[in-house]
Amino acid sequence: MIPELGHFALIIALLLALTQAILPLYGAQRGNFTLMAVARPAAQGQFVFVAVAFACLAYSFLTNDFSVENVARNSFSQLPEVYRFTATWGSHEGSLLLWVLILGFWSTAVSVFSRRLPEDMAARVIGVMGLISVGFLAFLLTTSNPFERLLPAAIDGNDMNPLLQDWGMIIHPPMLYMGYVGFAVAFAFAIAALLSGKLDVAWARWSRPWTTVAWAFLTLGIVLGSWWAYRELGWGGWWFWDPTENASFMPWIAGTALMHSLAVTEKRGAFKAWTVLLALVTFALSLLGTFLVRSGVLSSVHAFATDPARGAFILGFLAVVIGASLALYAWRAPKMITGGGFTWFSRESLLLANNVILIAALGAVLLGTLYPLFMDAMGLGKISVGPPYFNAVFVPLMAPALFLMGIGPLARWKEASLPDLATRLKWALGVALAAGLLLPLTLDGFNPWASLGFFLAVWIALTVLAAFRDRLRHGQGSAMRKLAGLPRSFWGMQLAHLGIAVGVAGIAVVANYSAERDVRMEVGSHAELAGYTFTFRGAAAHDGPNYRAARGTVEVSRDGKPVATLHPEKRVYNASGMGMTEASVHPNVFRDLYVAMGEPLDGSDGAWTVRLFYKPFINWLWFGALLMVAGGFMAAADKRYRIALRRREVPQHLAAQGA
Amino acid sequence: MKPRHRKLALIVLVVAALGVAVALVLNAFNSNLVFFFSPTQVANGEAPTGRAFRIGGLVEAGSVRREADGLTTRFVVTDTARSIPVAYTGILPDLFKEGKGVVAEGRLGTDGLFDATQVLAKHDENYMPPEAASAIEQAQKAQQTIVE
Repeated sequence: MIPELGHFALIIALLLALTQAILPLYGAQRGNFTLMAVARPAAQGQFVFVAVAFACLAYSFLTNDFSVENVARNSFSQLPEVYRFTATWGSHEGSLLLWVLILGFWSTAVSVFSRRLPEDMAARVIGVMGLISVGFLAFLLTTSNPFERLLPAAIDGNDMNPLLQDWGMIIHPPMLYMGYVGFAVAFAFAIAALLSGKLDVAWARWSRPWTTVAWAFLTLGIVLGSWWAYRELGWGGWWFWDPTENASFMPWIAGTALMHSLAVTEKRGAFKAWTVLLALVTFALSLLGTFLVRSGVLSSVHAFATDPARGAFILGFLAVVIGASLALYAWRAPKMITGGGFTWFSRESLLLANNVILIAALGAVLLGTLYPLFMDAMGLGKISVGPPYFNAVFVPLMAPALFLMGIGPLARWKEASLPDLATRLKWALGVALAAGLLLPLTLDGFNPWASLGFFLAVWIALTVLAAFRDRLRHGQGSAMRKLAGLPRSFWGMQLAHLGIAVGVAGIAVVANYSAERDVRMEVGSHAELAGYTFTFRGAAAHDGPNYRAARGTVEVSRDGKPVATLHPEKRVYNASGMGMTEASVHPNVFRDLYVAMGEPLDGSDGAWTVRLFYKPFINWLWFGALLMVAGGFMAAADKRYRIALRRREVPQHLAAQGA
Repeated sequence: MKPRHRKLALIVLVVAALGVAVALVLNAFNSNLVFFFSPTQVANGEAPTGRAFRIGGLVEAGSVRREADGLTTRFVVTDTARSIPVAYTGILPDLFKEGKGVVAEGRLGTDGLFDATQVLAKHDENYMPPEAASAIEQAQKAQQTIVE
């Protein structure tokens, strides 16, 4: 009964999405305010019904209703309750339902926070989001119904993939989707602006907070995924340049470029056509990411062919969205008037450089991700493009970008003076160079890449300080009052840039000074790694709710003093019979000690192969990323987005009084 | 400089930067492509000797042996027609099993032993690495044509 209710709710949601798309868009074109007014209630209603459907699916998972195929495939009666709930979005169907739910959430958010937008703009934005909803709901209902019944019902489920049974994976997909789908708002604003022809500074100002919030969520989602992979895959790596990772990284790069380009459009009225194009591209890449991960094309182009309905639908949808928006762009963009000019050295030109580099990086990732798929699909042979390619491309591209990142925020708009900036940043450059040369010596020997990383990290951190010093020099009052008076967008930007500095420092160390050893350990034997002594105390049976495990005990000491006792596990899950390595990590500010169990060795008493890692500064990476996320949210909360909207409200009130 | 010239200079600068980036990307791309060969192709001498590549197929049943050091494993990868001996030092992924699909990256030694630097296994028990699946498929197709 409940699954049918969910299915029915999805159908109603589709009808509401159609209403939300067609009537307001038509109304906005005709200037019909009655039709435009349909947008908000339709969007909110659609959200409610998708939420009902989602709740029905979650209920089926929580109550172990194995007569629902999706539940039988992806859950298990012994699965702990929290994972039964997260299994709701563990499957293909469920994760698409989550996608639509989050789109509904964003649409509703736009409907609530757009009260001060001109009526036709709000109607168009919500209408475009309705169109996207229609596409995804139709996809769900026609090819991926999450409520499909299984007759006869299964006795028990197949269990959730053990790798997903981790709390990092509980919040990773929702956060990632909040980011992906959040770019739909920027996309909808861009399409609305193209449709109305009113591509002005106000448009950039409306889009900016939404884009920044989506970007912050996407950053958080990517970091959670990376953190999960680090702990859960047992390989000690945090980024593999795997196509599934690249699928989320590409919209992130485009979104980062969009955020910076929007800044120029809002402040100076320049780059309009480019910014609109970026907004379209960013969302198109979000869709491409969904397509890559959800169509099965990554595991094999043949898997894609075995379920042609699904793949063809997403590919068709992708083609329609990208084709239509680019056609609209080609038709409308040439009519846009470009705003203020600028000289070769100004904040605009530096942000332009930022965009050029980011787009080059985006192209490189796109090539490395899609080319093997293309070759395979054409039957031209199988190739793979591994981390060496991406590393070889990324470091030289990002190094100049990071260097310019230090200068950009200090340069004036329109025209900046190079000699002036040079005098102001001389000391920062000197200190950063010294740090780059000396800091690696405090670690395990000199390394040119670590040196470059330190130089850039210290350089960015110092330029952030310089920006604050600049702001504190001017104006009256105490330093504290002045700091408190700085706009949130300024704080947000500096915080995010500082996050990059912290993250770059972390990457520089962890990529160059990590140590790892695969060792054979008998009970009571020792192994040395990076000055730590690891002592194996044997493994014992330790069973969980839905798995059996061998749980090892490894004592770590340094100079005879105990540091930690780690308990890595080797699990075998009951339902799937799948083995899994559960690593054990002892973190602190300067390093992680990481132990993963290999295999028990035959013929020797209780000996195992064990993998030991020493990961210096790895936590700087996560912390830097969290600073970026916090910076994004803070920048989006800037007062000016609200004040600017209120100011526009005044004439409307006067107009209403006059009428 | 006139504004028009300045704009032109800016465009030239951007195009030049993009050109450098593209050259860098393509160069890195070219030198880091890893090609895939099936055991049959390797046996026919189609695989390069000086360059790393990937092989895939099934881990032949009964072929997995652990050396005395406890860390080096030797096994045989087969596409059901031909097979290659492989050596790998380190901890194998959880899903490495006899009779299951596997993909390994490494170099081919002059003695015909494939020295693997990486053994890949994906996150799902029932999942066959696509390279391995296609190697077996092609070997079987080839055998069928011989029989016919």
